[in-house]
Formats: sequence, structure tokens, C-alpha cells
Amino acid sequence: MTVLARAIEVSRRYGDVLALDRVSLDIRAGELVGLLGPNGAGKSTLINLFVGLRRPTSGVVELFGGSPGDPVARRGIGVTPQETGLPETLRVGEIVDFVSAHFPDREDRGELLARFGLGDLVRRQVGGLSGGQRRRLAVALAFAGKPRLVFLDEPTTGLDVKARRTLWEGIRSFHEDGGTVLLTSHYLEEIEALADRVVVVGSGRVLADDTVRAVRDIVGVRRVSLVAADLPELPGVLGAERVDGRVNLMTTDPDRLVVELVRSGTPFSGLEIRPTTLEEAFLTLTTKESAHA
Amino acid sequence: MPELVAAHTRLFLLEQLRVPVGLLASSLFPAISMVAFVVPFAGDDPKAATMATGSMMFFGAMAGALINLSITVAQDRELPWNPYLRTLPAGPLPRFTGRILATLAGTLVSIVPVLLVAAFLTEATTTPLRLLLGLGALVVGVVPFMLMGLFIGSVMAAKGAIAASQVLFFPMAIVGGLLLPPAMLPDFVEVISPYVPTRGVAELLWTVTAGTTPNAVALISLAGWTVVTAIAAAWAYRRDEGRRFS
Repeated sequence: MTVLARAIEVSRRYGDVLALDRVSLDIRAGELVGLLGPNGAGKSTLINLFVGLRRPTSGVVELFGGSPGDPVARRGIGVTPQETGLPETLRVGEIVDFVSAHFPDREDRGELLARFGLGDLVRRQVGGLSGGQRRRLAVALAFAGKPRLVFLDEPTTGLDVKARRTLWEGIRSFHEDGGTVLLTSHYLEEIEALADRVVVVGSGRVLADDTVRAVRDIVGVRRVSLVAADLPELPGVLGAERVDGRVNLMTTDPDRLVVELVRSGTPFSGLEIRPTTLEEAFLTLTTKESAHA
Repeated sequence: MPELVAAHTRLFLLEQLRVPVGLLASSLFPAISMVAFVVPFAGDDPKAATMATGSMMFFGAMAGALINLSITVAQDRELPWNPYLRTLPAGPLPRFTGRILATLAGTLVSIVPVLLVAAFLTEATTTPLRLLLGLGALVVGVVPFMLMGLFIGSVMAAKGAIAASQVLFFPMAIVGGLLLPPAMLPDFVEVISPYVPTRGVAELLWTVTAGTTPNAVALISLAGWTVVTAIAAAWAYRRDEGRRFS
């Protein structure tokens, strides 16, 4: 399959902070890739490298075989602006026309706006749009130039359920017509609904690159918390920490862990089992990574 | 490329038109100064009134170029729209050109009220050819001030840009002889006046409007300022891009 965007051993440093640490990633034609990770993991930095906003400190980033810094290479991509920055005084139609003017191949304006539920707002000024409408306009702009590859950074953050579904439909129909998507999200649900492939990043590294199902199993982690002096070797522990005299164990199979704990005869008290948040699951992955390193 | 320049120019013009207060300010300011200072003191003298009209036109144009441009450039840099534009398939040139063209258009609009005051309330006279020459001098003369605005807007935050451009604007206007004829200024001002870029533009305008012989030092210094501000603006623009996008 054709590789549309590629990062080879890419590192990016901001002063003392290493935002990306030797990341390699291929985005192939026709894929819908979800990029998942906590805040500060390096998701935005990776996207900024692909769309030409930043240059890597080391390594190579390619877009359609060329450099993202070359305007010609960027003709094939679509990017979503932050909706808070859309020029307030301009009308919806004017902004779409302006963005379209940059591309040789253009989407029909009426059709594009209708697809994102903005059909009757062509003459409305951006300043008069609701937050959700701005968000949808921002996402629509990514598709204005009939791109082969779109980058959607948190496309549905702050949208209500109905608006989110509308947006998902728009993204899905683009993908079904052969379009390629790189999508970031805080919501596992969103990635599950849309993506076939998931890339999990944490602390500037790729922690997992697999199918949605496989990654879901990883993040389906439970936290087993208890008070104990010393613990024996227990099965399926992904990560362990001591906080305020309690031991927290991360595992995908809490039942088996507790059974083994009881069998070992180790004295313990205050047993709790809780589902972890996505954030905690990422942290588990991250610490597991650093424990191996 | 021309299509992209047109698209960017159109966007800037639309933004200007949708917030007409900015345009109004830069056009009413010199028109009011005309009514307050030129009409009562020099309105009856055709030569003095014509010269003053030229100065006031430039006063407005300079405000639009220096103050408005430095503020809008600084404000735009603070918006996330700016990095988004860099992901579109275009280099920096269309946006840069679009901004200059839209500012020039604003400049030409802002001088209309001054021309109207001059025509109806003073004895100022001109010919179509001289008017065209005067507009040409205005366009050439406003360039270093646009570049100065771009420079300030690219190196400072919006709040700093407002202060810095105002602080530069009035002394340059006064020392250059735009508000009062140089003969009426203190001696030491007349000594430094030819080295301020405003004086060179004023000399050009007076030559066109009143047929005076321009001061050579002032013209050379205007050319020098244009080169220096161009280098400074290009440097500041690249530095800004490099800092935030490297």
C-alpha cells in the first residue's frame, strides 16, 4: 500500500523538553488511524511535524514522498484550524472560499457545508456561530480542498452527542470514498467508532500500534488497591506503585490476581478494585515502557 | 499565484470593511485636523492650503500604515488562525502581499475626507496630473512606514505594538513638518528634520503641490530609511517564523 505520510526516527525537542523521542510511523493510503495518548504525550507535536508547522530536531518526516515544508506537498492534505481562531467578522461562505482558493481541486461549497450540518449558515458571520457550529466549520475546512489525507486534532471536543454523530458520519463517508485520516482524540469511544488502527503515544514514544481491539484490551486495565507490607510475585501485574501506605496494582485480570494473592497467604487489608480511566491506562503503559528501558 | 494574492487581499479587505471603525479613525483624524488647523490659519492662501492638504493626506496614510499595521500584525500573530494558514499549500508571499495591498487600499480611502475638506473649505488648488503625482508620492512615501509597522508587529505583542507605534508616530509627524511648516519649528528640529523619513515624503508632496525644490538630504534619507525598514521587516518576519515554526 502507498505510504502517504511517514516519520522515520523523528525526535523533536523544545528547549529541555523532549516532546518526541525517535518516533517512526507510516500512514498508508486508505487507513483511518487513531492517535491516542494523554495530554503532553506528543500527539500535537507529531501532527505539527506532518503538516509542516514544525521541523524535527532529528529524523525525517515525509509527506507524499516530499517535505511537509513544501507547499506543493501540502496540496494533498487537509487540516483543522482551532475554532477559537476563526476570523470573527468573516462569513462562513467567505472562509470556505478563501481556504478552497489554495487547492487545485475543490469541494463544492454547498455540498461541503451541508455534509457538516452548516448548509443554512453560508452568510452567517463566524462571530455569530455557536461553539459547536464553529467546531464543525473548522472540521469542514479540512475537507475543502479534496484532500487525500486529513489531520483531525480532537475534532469533537466540546460537541454534544448529536453533533458528534453528524461529524462522525462526515469523517466516515470521506474514509469510505478512499480518504485517509489521522485522528487524535481523548475519547476511546470515538477512536473505537471510527478507526481501524490505533497508535498510542506517551512521553514522546509510540507505546502501541495495533488494531482497535488489541489496544482496547490493553487499556481495559483494572486497578487493585490494598494495604500490605510485602507482596509476592503476582501474575498479570502491568504496573505497581505505593501511595500513602497503599499498594496499587494495574492488571487486565483482577480476578486471577486476587485469587493468587489469597492463595499466597500474604496478609492484606482494605481491598478495592476499580476500573481505570484512559489516562491511568496510558500511565500504566508509559511506566511499563520505562521499566523495560 | 495571482489568484492566491487576490484571495488573501480580499480577506484582509473584508476584515477591514467589517470593522469600519479602524478605517474611520484613520480617515477622520486627518480630516478633523484639517478643519481645526488648516482651514482657519491657511485656508485662504492657495499655496499654503495645498501644501497643508498634502501633509494631512500623508498624516492619515502614515497612521494607517504604521499604527494600524503594527497592531493588526501583532494581534494576528497571537491567533491560532495564523499557524493554520501555514498548513495551507502556499508560501508566505500571498499573505504578505495581500496585507500590503489591503493596507494601501485603506490608505487611499482614508485620504478622501481630507481631499473633500480641502476642496470645499479651503482655497487649495491642483490639476489632475498633480493630484496623480501627489498620490504616487503618497504611495511611495508610505512604504517605509508600512515596513516599520510590519517590523513592530512582528517583534512585539499587541499591547507593546500599540504603544511603540504611537510613540514613533507623533514625533516623526511633527519633526518631519507634517503638522506645522518647518519654518515655524524650533531651530534644533530643523537640523534633525531632514534625517526623519517623514520629512522626505513631505518634501516630495510639497514639490508636487507647490513646486518647491526638494531637500536632497531628506530624499536620500527617505531612500535609506526604506532600505533599512525593508531589511528590518524581513528580518523580524523570518525571526518570528523561525521561532515559532522551526
